[in-house]
Amino acid sequence: MNRKRLALALSLLLLAAVPLAGSAYYTELVTKVMILAVFAMSLDLLVGYTGLVSLGHAASYGIGAYTLALVAPRYDPANLWLTLGEAVLAAGLASLVVGIFVVRVKGVYFLMVTLAFAQMFHFVFHDTDFGRGSDGVSISFKPDASIRGFTPFDLGKPVHAYYFVLVVLVLSYGFLRLLLRSPLGHALRGIKSNEHRMQSLGFPVLRYKLASFTIAGALGGLAGYLSAAQFGFVNPELFGWHQSGNVLLMLILGGLGSLTGGVVGAFAFVALQELFQALTIHWQLPFGLAIILLVVFLPGGLASLPARLRPPRPEGPFHV
Amino acid sequence: MSEPLLATRALTKRFGGLTANSDVSLELRKGQVHALLGPNGAGKSTLINLLSGDLPVSSGRIVYRDRDITRLGPHQRSRIGIGRSYQKTNIFGPFSAFENCRLAAQSRQPRPWRIFSDAQAVPAVRRAAEAALEAAGLTAVADQPAASLSHGAQRQLEIAMVLATAPEVLLLDEPLAGMGADEAHRMVELLRKLGPDHAMLLVEHDMDAVFAVADVITVMVNGQVLESGPPAQIRASPAVRQAYLGDDDGPPGAEGAAAPRTGGAGGRPS
Repeated sequence: MNRKRLALALSLLLLAAVPLAGSAYYTELVTKVMILAVFAMSLDLLVGYTGLVSLGHAASYGIGAYTLALVAPRYDPANLWLTLGEAVLAAGLASLVVGIFVVRVKGVYFLMVTLAFAQMFHFVFHDTDFGRGSDGVSISFKPDASIRGFTPFDLGKPVHAYYFVLVVLVLSYGFLRLLLRSPLGHALRGIKSNEHRMQSLGFPVLRYKLASFTIAGALGGLAGYLSAAQFGFVNPELFGWHQSGNVLLMLILGGLGSLTGGVVGAFAFVALQELFQALTIHWQLPFGLAIILLVVFLPGGLASLPARLRPPRPEGPFHV
Repeated sequence: MSEPLLATRALTKRFGGLTANSDVSLELRKGQVHALLGPNGAGKSTLINLLSGDLPVSSGRIVYRDRDITRLGPHQRSRIGIGRSYQKTNIFGPFSAFENCRLAAQSRQPRPWRIFSDAQAVPAVRRAAEAALEAAGLTAVADQPAASLSHGAQRQLEIAMVLATAPEVLLLDEPLAGMGADEAHRMVELLRKLGPDHAMLLVEHDMDAVFAVADVITVMVNGQVLESGPPAQIRASPAVRQAYLGDDDGPPGAEGAAAPRTGGAGGRPS
């Protein structure tokens, strides 16, 4: 346990040191990865802890991103705190409504209806004036972090944006840790392990699943918002099924049900992508191969690596 | 005799063309152990599933304390005080035995949405879980993952989880199935201890156990109630002997009473 905390503290120090290296490219790249890490962690609550495998998590990401694009004034910077709250609220609310329908179905059907809902959002933003069509929307100004005239940081500066996203990542992690420690978190794990028994013990399982779906969606919206703020541009592809697939892949790569797995997975995913893109224009072939190999030979994900390298416990197969 | 806590009125369950329960009316009273006997396929487990809400009824009514609960879902029935155990062990394998019971007790916690409180730090829930483990004789293995426990201990955990929800009505589906002699003996003691404070429906193939703890016995055959009454009446009933035990044997409970059992060791003290 202490070793785990040490590793966590060291990783945090390492992350905090990235901008000090002075490479604008890597600062922005790692900012992007940390946003994806928040996104993957939010999905982990659903997949890794509640046992609901969603293939439509990009819907929340897209809604968070589009909220900024649609509420931001055209010729002025938007207020960061206000629009951030609106994005989280919008994504949470949309997830609540979608959740009412989807938490009733199980297994592969859950996968299909979440995918269908995400595709519906994709088409709404792709084909209607509401979402301003397939070309997407530019956000001309970075959100403004001022509170009553005082400006603590400037998201226009990559280093400031970097540390802001790092703080959001740490806060999201802390929030989820607290949540998982709570009665709600324990009940969600129970549902993943044995939904039927949870029901017969008196838990209103659907309501718990809906809570999980809503919270995961709100956090996914937070990630989407950060992405829109960083890139200053949104388009309907944010809702796309490959976006949902990618975040699921990150989670599987890093390891389900550990929170840190999502973070590790996001880094591994982007690192592999960068690596193979530098090597060949047909990068998707070795990229896919690498993911297949990792999943086959490391089914617990990269986050399970330290435990695997340690000598196995004598008690046998039940210590997972 | 006290008023019935849980009663069924002409309960019927059909699966397509098969009638698993037909016109079953019985009453469970507090302080009474009501055993349900019958050969495999008689509809005993179906009846428990109807009472717990795991299966919807085809017709008839279920009444709990003068309230019609026929349409309530399983979690609602659990919350009003009807607890059930499963014939096929149905636990949280990766969690410790303690967490299995703690989770069960947590379901009775008034404010489940306080997401910044520590689930492990609620004294009342911990106490309920510890008491349930203690009653089932599992205190020594409280910290072990449930999946690593012996079969008998898992059966005990199955009951302990129900107890942790503090139910008034206990629906126990073959609690002794597959237990060794010592474990079965301890389980019978536990059932005896639980009897006075609960209304209990006990489905069990172990005749010695049934006759040791039951106050009332209902015998089912082909989804129907064949006969219901005190153990002495059932023991003496020609119809029961004919239908269930085979004509030429001695009375059930006497030595050599050959009832079908699902695995486990044979003769045991009762």
